[in-house]
Amino acid sequence: MLLQQLVNGLTLGAVYALIALGYTMVYGILEMINFAHGEIYMIGSYLCIIFIGLFTAFGLTESHLFFSLILSAMLSGITCALYGITMERIAYRPIRQAHRLSPLISALGVSIFLQNYVMLTQGSSDKVFPHILPIEAMQMGDFPITPIQFSIISASVLFMAGLHLFVQKTRLGMAMRAVAQDKIMASLCGIPINAVIAVTFIIGSTLAAVAGVMVAIYYGVTHFTIGYVAGIKAFTAAVLGGIGSIPGAMLGGILLGLTESLGAAYISSEFKDGFAFIILIFILILRPSGLLGRRAA
Amino acid sequence: MIIASYTKTVLIGSFWCGLLVLPFMGFTKAVFLIAILIGGGLFFHTILRLCRSATVMNAVWAVSRCVGSLKIAPRWISFGAYLGAYLGVVLLLVMPPFLNNYYLDILTLALLYALLAVGLNVAVGLTGLLDLGYAGFYGIGAYTYALLSTRMGIPFWLGVPLGGMVAAFFGLILGVVTLRLRGDYLAIVTLGFVQIVYLILNNWDTVTNGPNGILQIGQPVVWGFSFRQPIHFYYLALFFLVSTVLIIYRITQSQIGRALCAIREDGVAAEAMGIDTTRMKILAFSLGAGIAGVAGVFFAAKYTFVSPESFNFFESVRILTMVVLGGMGSLFGAILGAFLLTILPEMLRGLDLYRMLIFGAVLVLMMIVRPQGLLGNKNAV
Repeated sequence: MLLQQLVNGLTLGAVYALIALGYTMVYGILEMINFAHGEIYMIGSYLCIIFIGLFTAFGLTESHLFFSLILSAMLSGITCALYGITMERIAYRPIRQAHRLSPLISALGVSIFLQNYVMLTQGSSDKVFPHILPIEAMQMGDFPITPIQFSIISASVLFMAGLHLFVQKTRLGMAMRAVAQDKIMASLCGIPINAVIAVTFIIGSTLAAVAGVMVAIYYGVTHFTIGYVAGIKAFTAAVLGGIGSIPGAMLGGILLGLTESLGAAYISSEFKDGFAFIILIFILILRPSGLLGRRAA
Repeated sequence: MIIASYTKTVLIGSFWCGLLVLPFMGFTKAVFLIAILIGGGLFFHTILRLCRSATVMNAVWAVSRCVGSLKIAPRWISFGAYLGAYLGVVLLLVMPPFLNNYYLDILTLALLYALLAVGLNVAVGLTGLLDLGYAGFYGIGAYTYALLSTRMGIPFWLGVPLGGMVAAFFGLILGVVTLRLRGDYLAIVTLGFVQIVYLILNNWDTVTNGPNGILQIGQPVVWGFSFRQPIHFYYLALFFLVSTVLIIYRITQSQIGRALCAIREDGVAAEAMGIDTTRMKILAFSLGAGIAGVAGVFFAAKYTFVSPESFNFFESVRILTMVVLGGMGSLFGAILGAFLLTILPEMLRGLDLYRMLIFGAVLVLMMIVRPQGLLGNKNAV
């Protein structure tokens, strides 16, 4: 029972961590909370189901199940990246110099817009993943971990390690860190700020899309409101680990997922969504810079 | 050159949008949307070119010269504003007996939202604190009165200060915790707060009766005269709005109001001038929460029924959109925004489904095109 809950929590935490990375990267560079990030995750989960539905209609899932899953995940990732840069171009870039309240309200507007756009085009009822996965995918012998959970955890570890290496070792990653430290100085050094910010949004949105795809496969269902709650939780994870810090987002996500899963099992399942908020409050009182964050000014 | 690049932008933008919506809308609708966008873009372009043509430009120039040479004195402008405000109040006072109940209900709702928008404006517009949990305080006020009225038979006039105080108390606690920190955290904590309030209202069945809500809440009584008709509640709402506006107006003209504006403009400079910024922020935040509580009590008394659905996050967004549209930091702007966003959706009933979509787009557009809102102070944003 406990082991089962730990595995569930770890899976949930891996998903939160992937979304939290997008929050923390955008915050690190633009110092703004991208409220609409949770909606990108929601759009990713919808796209996965839509593409899988399309492949099923063509009979691709029967012959090449694994291939079609990977292909739909990639297509979702690419489309979400397009959504991410469009969002940045339309709603955030024109007001980058404005008062700090403007981007927050604009991001909120984007979030509301995307939620209702998906509701109007896809309907307000649950969107169900087609029954194409074999029954063996649901359990793995006597182990408490299912293959789906295993692949979610390993995929997120892989993505997070890749992102860490990207930011630390590549030229583009170095440019991102430079822009995060000082935008004006970076542009004086010849770094194309707009391109770097666009890349940040592409990476963040792709990671959110990956999280959305995995959740769609894991739960087998999605809804246009999931982005809102997941957004709050992932933001909590980012703050818990120290906002702006990439390892912090991973740690925060895992911790939050474990807390929520254990809390739902042993304290109260109705108030499952409340734990994240209570943790957020305590972190803000006790250690506002987060577990791995630098001390905030 | 400009024309060619404009056409190119329209084409690329339209096809880009079509590509984005393709998986969600399907092929036919996506093509349809592309056609609409190209058509709309080019139509707008034609209008623009027409406006740029020499004759039209000359006419506009001549008219603007005439208007500009009139040199209206500032006191006449402020006199005009006062005249408009008084006319508005007089109209709101004498009109109701000639209206039927449907219009009265809509106007009462508009007044209620105006009250909420004025309260939220204290936090968002005046002090620059993005409070996304406003519906939470609204709900706390409504449920406080609903519970006191149904369980203990507390009358409405005692419920108003109690509801306001309980909501302000929650605002105080939340403010003490979060307002010491960077402003951005407040937005997300208040977002979580409204979610928590909703969870509690929805799940704590023994007290709040869960999703079914609370029925048969007591209506106001004054010296044996009980408020039952829509027109009674209309005047009650007007009374609440006018008294709140007077109080808030006096506050904005006082030392406190100037301190709040100073915090909005530059927190560090305000602190250097000896303003206790944390204390002032907490004051503004809980004042706004208290007004939401009073509005909640009114809501509960008018509809005699409350349920958690009326106090979710989207209600917060709705009120915020009113403040942003009307003008941040402007009292009349907030009221104008509330009236526009209550009456327009009512007139455009067919667009009901698209309401939140439009609200979202309005928030983004206002931030890009006119961040100060329709009537806002330019410095407010």
